[in-house]
Formats: sequence, C-alpha cells, structure tokens
Amino acid sequence: MNRQRVAWLFLAPALIVLGLFFLLPVIAALALSLTDYDIYALANIHNLRFVALSNYWLLLQRPLFWSALGHTVYFVAIGVPLSMGTSLGAAMLLNSPLAKMKPFFRTALFAPVVTTVVAMAVIWRYLFNTKYGMANYVLGHFGVHPVDWLGDPHWAMPTIILFAVWKNFGYNMIIFLAGLQAIPIDLYEAARIDGASAWQQFRHITLPMLGPTLLMVSILTVSGYFQLFAEPYVMTEGGPLQSTTSVLYLMYEEGFKWWNLGSASAVAFLLFVMMFAVTALMLRLSKRGEGADA
Amino acid sequence: MSPRMAKALINGLLIGGAVIALFPLLWMLSVSFMQPGEASSLPPPLLPAHATLGNYRELFVHAGMGTYLLNSLLVSTGITVLSLTFNLMAGYAFAKLHFAGRERLFQGLIGALVIPAQVAMLPLFLLLKYIGLVNSYAGVIVPGMATVFGIFLVRQYARGIPDELMEAARIDGAGEWRIFLQIVMPLLKPIMVTLAIFSFLAAWNDFMWPLIVLTGQEHYTLPIGLASLAREHSQDSELMMAGSVVTVLPVLVLFLAMQRYYLEGLLLGSVKG
Repeated sequence: MNRQRVAWLFLAPALIVLGLFFLLPVIAALALSLTDYDIYALANIHNLRFVALSNYWLLLQRPLFWSALGHTVYFVAIGVPLSMGTSLGAAMLLNSPLAKMKPFFRTALFAPVVTTVVAMAVIWRYLFNTKYGMANYVLGHFGVHPVDWLGDPHWAMPTIILFAVWKNFGYNMIIFLAGLQAIPIDLYEAARIDGASAWQQFRHITLPMLGPTLLMVSILTVSGYFQLFAEPYVMTEGGPLQSTTSVLYLMYEEGFKWWNLGSASAVAFLLFVMMFAVTALMLRLSKRGEGADA
Repeated sequence: MSPRMAKALINGLLIGGAVIALFPLLWMLSVSFMQPGEASSLPPPLLPAHATLGNYRELFVHAGMGTYLLNSLLVSTGITVLSLTFNLMAGYAFAKLHFAGRERLFQGLIGALVIPAQVAMLPLFLLLKYIGLVNSYAGVIVPGMATVFGIFLVRQYARGIPDELMEAARIDGAGEWRIFLQIVMPLLKPIMVTLAIFSFLAAWNDFMWPLIVLTGQEHYTLPIGLASLAREHSQDSELMMAGSVVTVLPVLVLFLAMQRYYLEGLLLGSVKG
C-alpha cells in the first residue's frame, strides 16, 4: 500500500504537467473546434456560441484549406522519399569498409540536424537569392539561367524541400547506419560467392534486413514532415501566391493572426486525423507486404 | 568496378556530401565578418576583404541580441532542469516501482505520441492567458516540463538496473527517496547527460510555441528574435549571418563536445520507438 503511494508520488509531477498542459488542451481543442471562438469571444466569453461541425464544413469549402493541404502533401510526398533516400545513401557510404575518416564524415553530415531551423532558413534565403545567391552563381557556370528560387510559385516549395532534406537527412542516417552495422557480414560474403551483383545484394540483403527500421523511420519522418511550419514562416511567409502555405501555417494565421481560434482548432484536428490515417495506412501496407513475402 | 575506383568514388561522394552539409555553415561564419553590403556582389565573395566585428556590435548594441541570448539561455536551462527532474522520477517509477495499472498507463502515454503537439497549442494559449503566463518565461517553460519521449528514454535505461540493489537497500531500512537519490540516480548518470543535451537542444531550437506565447520583444528567444529581425532587415545579409552565428554556435559547440551522448540517445530513443 505504502509502496503504491510512493510510486504515484514519483509519477505525479510529470503526469500533472502532461495532463494539464497537453491532454487537457487536446480535449479542449476538440471542444473549441465546435464553437465560433473568435476575437469577440476572446474579449467576452459570452459571445461564444456552439456551432457543431460548421467550422469543419466551412473549412472543407475554402479553397485556401485545400491548397494548404495540397502543399503539405506535396512537401511530404516528395520530401520524405528524397530525405530517406539521402539518409540511406549517406549511411551506406559511411558503412563501407572502403570509406576513410568515418568519424569526421559522420559528424560533418550530421551537423545540420542540431542547428536551429530559423537560422539555417535565413542562410538559405541568401544562398538562394536570385541575383547574388551562391546557388545561381554556381549553376550559371553550367549555363543555367538565374532561377527565382523563393519568388517563383513553382520553385518555392522545391527549394523548401531541398532545404528540409539538407537539414534533416543526418538524423535518419545515424539510425540507418546502426541498422546496417547490425547486418551480419557473412550474408554479403555468401552472396558474393554466389555471384550476386552489388544491386542484388542491396535489393535482397540490405533492404529486407533494414525492413523494420525503414518502416519506423518512414512513419516518424512522415509525421515530422506533416508539421511543416518554420521553413515557410521564415523563408517565404507562406508565399509567393500562398504556394508554400502549409496546413500548420494556415492554422497559425487563422488562430494567432485573425484570432479565429475555433476554426483554427478545426484545422489542427483535420491535420491530426490525416496524420493518423496515413500512419495507419503505412502500418497496414507494411503488414500486407510481410504477408506477401512469407 | 575495380576496388581502387570504388574507393575513390565512395570517398569522393563523402567529401562532396560533407562540403554540401558544411558549406552553408562556413559561409554564414565568413559573411558575418564582412562589411555591410559586401556579400551582395558578383561573384559572391567567399572570404571578407577586411574582416570586421561591426555586425556583432550592431546586433548586441542596437538589435537586442544580448537580451535574446540571455532569454534563450534562461528558458532552455529552465526547461532542461525541470524536465530532467520530472522525467527521471516518472521514468524510474515506470521501470522499477510497482503500482496498479502501470503497463496500461505507460501504453497510454506512448499512444499519446501520435497526437501532434500543435493540436494542444490553441487551448494552451487560452489556458496560459487565463492564468497570466502569456508573454513570460514561464509560459515557454511550463508546457515543456515533462515529455513522453524523456520518460520513455529513462524507463528503457532504468529497466537495466538490477532489482536486488534496491531490495537490499530496502532491507537495510533505506527510504524510497534515499534509494532514488543515492542508488538509482548515480546509475542513471549516462542517460541523464543524454537527456539533458536533448532537452537543451530542443528547447533552444524550438520555434512555434515561443512564437505564439511570447508577444513582446523583451522575452523573445534567439530564434524568435532572429525571425523578426529577418523580416525587418531582409537586405542586410551580413547582419543576419552574424545573428545566425549567435543563434547556432552555442548548440553546435554543445553538440560537438557531447556528440557521443547525443548519438547514443538518438539510437536508444529510436529502438522500438
């Protein structure tokens, strides 16, 4: 009996913090999304009305919501495979017995991960400046005409994707590297004796052995990339022509610029539902894939 | 492919990758020492013609960078100390103390990881406004005082402590707090270091929540201050690069010094994460 009480005393501070500042607000967000909480309600709570699902209904009719969703899906669909491919490639290079100075390369490739997004986004804005940026200068040597990276609606999102890949690939690289190191060398030796090519070894040994790691990493990366916010905030302010307005950027503007907290909560919940659905789908597909292999 | 060519290719690619990863950081450092306007010329200069500390002086004397730096240190240290304490206690309880519903509660916490933090932010803002913590250091610190990830990390690590150690101390009549402080805590030191670095870096680099809850410049942390400077001074690349150096250098140095602990924590957190 006494020991139970001790356990709860040890748990209490963390559980109170998580309950009061996370769980309670999440439940409140659901309630808030069913009201018309706006700047008038902020001034006087009596102006608050229950509107059922009308925030959701109105959102689904707003072109801006659909375009924000489209931009976010674009960022996830291109950014995640590109990011994971880069991570896996870098991890395989680092894992190669032929590579020199591994600790240095590992640290160098990982360094962007620990840096501050805002500061790096500021740097990239100058590196990708149309007139004086290093990117256009280097590309100019190859005869490429200056690209208006962040000012052209077609290029702004690809530029942000490049930035995100550069900033994030080191994280998954470390996880993949640990996964690669756990694969027994004998497997590759046996394959080589059987005359398997490098590609065949990759396809039939590396990928299957990394399977569970790949799944976990892709789920975490997808949910991270769905939360795109700081990059467009600093690099493009959601523009040009709202071409980099993500779902979270929309939530931020709706909630903290226009003070439509009810409608912003609905945006947040729709994002959550979508992330949940995508994660569930990925788990489902991976199980089916395993079943097919067996 | 001959082994020599393969070796050249692999090391060549690694060098190329390292250049791409490090170039923006080195370029930032170099431009931060340039005269105002120097970086906006063609071809883009790689090194300052006459290195100057003027940009840093301008930042600290006129742009309030000193305040932002102190704010960042204060907030990040506060979050690190408090979350470390609370996460350690809870993680230890989940690993080693027995109470009804332990596994179910832990599963519930892990399940909560699927909810993105931003869902909570709007009501959290209203809650903090109601209790008067908007635009204060406490407003940034309070929601970060415990994390599911931290609790998970400590629990994973603490499960490796043999029960006999604690049982022996209990038989000797030691109280639960003394067991925690004198037996468990010293054994948890490596994970404490790891978790402290993680929390500090995350708090230092955090952007969205401080942006929401800090409404006045006097409380801005470095990322918020830098973002607002970048909107005002978008043409002054040298000044902005100096601002980026001030923002990034502390965490980069911390990482380089404690790299081993950081990478270990990253792997520990991802195993069956």
